[in-house]
Amino acid sequence: MRPALEETAEDLYDNAPCGYVSTLLDGTIAKINATLLGWLGYSARDVVGKKRFPDLLTVGGRIYYDTHFAPLLHMQGELGGVALEMKAADGTRLPVLLTSKVRDGLLIRTTVFDARDRRAYEEELLRARQQAEQERDKAQRLARTLQQTLLPPVLPDVPGVEVAAYYHPASLDLVGGDFYDLFPLPGTRWGFFLGDVSGKGADAAVVTSLARYTLRSAAIDDQEPAGVLQHLNAMLNQAHPRLCTVIYGRIRPDSTGATITMATGGHTPPLLIRASGAAEFVRMPGGQLVGVLPNARFTTTTVHLGPGDTLLFYTDGLTEARVDADTRYSEEELLDDLSGPATARSVIAAAAALLAGFGDGVEDDTALLALSVQLPGATSPVS
Amino acid sequence: MSVRSRNNVVVTGSGPTVLLAHGFGCDQNLWSRVVPMLAERCQVVLFDHTGCGLSDKTEWDAVRYSELDGYADDVLAICRELDLRDVVLVGHSVSAMIAVLAANKEPERFARLVLLTPSPRYVDDDGYRGGFSRDDIDELLAALESNYLGWSAAMAPVIAGNPDRPELGEELRNSFCRTDPEIARVFARTTFLSDNRDDLRRVTVPTLVVQCRVDAIAPPEVGQFTHEQIDGSRLVTLDAIGHCPQLSAPEITAEAILEFVGSR
Repeated sequence: MRPALEETAEDLYDNAPCGYVSTLLDGTIAKINATLLGWLGYSARDVVGKKRFPDLLTVGGRIYYDTHFAPLLHMQGELGGVALEMKAADGTRLPVLLTSKVRDGLLIRTTVFDARDRRAYEEELLRARQQAEQERDKAQRLARTLQQTLLPPVLPDVPGVEVAAYYHPASLDLVGGDFYDLFPLPGTRWGFFLGDVSGKGADAAVVTSLARYTLRSAAIDDQEPAGVLQHLNAMLNQAHPRLCTVIYGRIRPDSTGATITMATGGHTPPLLIRASGAAEFVRMPGGQLVGVLPNARFTTTTVHLGPGDTLLFYTDGLTEARVDADTRYSEEELLDDLSGPATARSVIAAAAALLAGFGDGVEDDTALLALSVQLPGATSPVS
Repeated sequence: MSVRSRNNVVVTGSGPTVLLAHGFGCDQNLWSRVVPMLAERCQVVLFDHTGCGLSDKTEWDAVRYSELDGYADDVLAICRELDLRDVVLVGHSVSAMIAVLAANKEPERFARLVLLTPSPRYVDDDGYRGGFSRDDIDELLAALESNYLGWSAAMAPVIAGNPDRPELGEELRNSFCRTDPEIARVFARTTFLSDNRDDLRRVTVPTLVVQCRVDAIAPPEVGQFTHEQIDGSRLVTLDAIGHCPQLSAPEITAEAILEFVGSR
């Protein structure tokens, strides 16, 4: 017959698979088990009545004990899962997890678990988190830089015409696909465009960059606006499975203001605000998306801006911003909100304020570009 | 935002005004065992430092609170908003130095200073023993970091405190020493890397230094140094062990404060 397995309380205490230590309320060690003494390389007479529990911790751990652990224990009577390091007699460090409970307001009982494996794992996690933060930072810097290369650093002066632009990135991590530009053409004319490549990120940025340079080189060749868009369409159609919407136009300043000739490829209609404050969309029906069909059709229209008139181009990040969980902003509301006498600068400021008001509701990047003819007597703003 | 709600100011009792400033680690709850005794004879004003306890965490700012001056300005703002005069300012641990800075900026505001377990500098220096090396402080920051692994973003709104929802207070009972890790890191650095030895000599307000017999964070020799640097200060050594006598020995701590409040 096998002898009955007998466990004595004493042996259970001393040789438990975890450390046990009991201290007075002030931390003085009253009792400690053999397991913990073995881990630390002390004998009971080295520590019982002679050391305080925090004396067995590293210095940093001791400060943590006195500023967090002890106050919490006093206040709550118990505390669990605190990660600290103990210091063995030979100076080696032992990462532990502590759980403590106050007994009858006289003693603090603490269990000590060896946490070497867990600590190594946590440190790995911590390192991974720090690395992820650094990577994210790097990606954001890259996205910012890339975005800047897709937008003109400054807009050129156009005689008699005030120009203003604004770019609102929806994400710090991804480059958006919105773009705009304004540049001189041969003769006293200026070209401009504003568009939106589908998607986000590096792929979209490649197409955005291609679209910009294609538009600019086609514009210099002095093609008609529809011809410039056809050129872009051919390029995107054969090279990239992406589509974009864009308005390309030319500005010709004259003695009574400026004539704008523009072609649209499926883009949101520009908002025309007359000097009286009356606003309307310049609809150009029939313009097809750029990059989808090999022989897309683009429609052209001409608008004359007189003194006090303003023309605003925007991407749909603005008109499709989320107002609340169920509703999105709309062209109709934009018309209402921006009616009233304006200048290029004031209308950009007003639209930027709208975007700021939507906050996280702006889910897509938004590009804004505005042109206005100054009223007689208005001083030309220094740009 | 009023200072009263930013710093979760609580007023209780009547008599001469005693303003209690908690140290690094927890919040005004640390005073809970001495408040009943003090409030019998004094008007006790409690608050949480910005970033701690139930203060408004949105008002916390890494630059402002990387200097103890930022905290001292908060103490003065509380005094101004509540129109506190002849204040007995009691600062525990790092708040002892915050109290010194506040009293040096506006001495006329304060009747007395009580510095509870103070240390003007924790890191050793030529001819000065604060008790810690720079490495020790880095080790503390690591200890903080490993214990905040358990801190989760999901807890943030609860910990951040919401004055409109007092029922959250109950949940917070078990986490009053929990702080946003970023805030705790900055506060720990500010606390343990400051050097306010020169400020001690400028104190003109009557001062009591209270220390514990055994204190690993502010050892008796540091309390002695603080007492020697402040002209005319008194030193009391409590028969207590640890860094928080207001918790471990509340009666004798309250007694020392009350005795000094009533002294001439």
